[in-house]
Amino acid sequence: MPAPVIVASFANVLVWAVWVVAAFACLGTGIAVISFTNPFYSSLSLIGNLASLAVMYLLLSAEFVAAAQVLVYAGAVMVMFLFVTAYLGDSADAAWAGGPTWQVLGAVAAASALFVEVVVVVGLKTSGRLSHEAKVDSSFGRPYEIGRLFLTDHLLAFEITSIVLLAAAVGGVILGAHSREEPMRGVRQ
Amino acid sequence: MMGPDVVWYLCVAGFLFCTGALGVLIRRSPLIVLLSLEIMLNGANLALIAFARHYGQGDGQIFALTVMAVAASEVVVGLGLIVAIARRKLDLDVDKLTTLRG
Repeated sequence: MPAPVIVASFANVLVWAVWVVAAFACLGTGIAVISFTNPFYSSLSLIGNLASLAVMYLLLSAEFVAAAQVLVYAGAVMVMFLFVTAYLGDSADAAWAGGPTWQVLGAVAAASALFVEVVVVVGLKTSGRLSHEAKVDSSFGRPYEIGRLFLTDHLLAFEITSIVLLAAAVGGVILGAHSREEPMRGVRQ
Repeated sequence: MMGPDVVWYLCVAGFLFCTGALGVLIRRSPLIVLLSLEIMLNGANLALIAFARHYGQGDGQIFALTVMAVAASEVVVGLGLIVAIARRKLDLDVDKLTTLRG
């Protein structure tokens, strides 16, 4: 075999190996998030989940989204989660035991049915049609390209996003300010 | 493209979405329900970015970034509500917050 072919197949194996590690880390930490009783450990597992997702975004040549994922999610949002968990202390612990067993079994059955449906649809209906990847050049997923799309084709989405963020900031301030007052009427203690 | 097809990414995305949905359905702590919602949103994001790469167009990545902003807003409001619930000394249990029930 000529040397470039060997190098290409080695790179392919390497990408597959990274993908397998990231995918299994992603699935494992996802299950860990919903199975810990302590929300602190759940939040830490979600950080692992977000990091492994960022690795997969890099494999999909979405560099800017991967960086935003790590900065915005794993950085800002998860720190907020951890602060609230620490603020709540013991009262944040929520054991599993809740509704009747049939409710849990029904939820598991519904989630598995949903997953099987996704796999069947993806596997049967798209066989062969999704195997031809488009060629992308090196500018794909770079900040320049993202910024160009945001400020030309998707300007409305950009502006609406800013309004949503402003509304959320105002809502957070109002919720924080009002929760210091006396309980509202009609709230069952 | 080197590495796995978009189909494999879609399977991981579907599994993540179902894991999050399961968490929303079976957990009672509003904190963990919020974390499960994040997992569902990330599953959708992974599918969007996989298709953006598949079709070679950046629009899917734009949509994923918008989803991230919406998720951050949702977390701000959700955590504000949880702190407000805790300050009123109510139980942090989504099954017991039934004031809105008719």
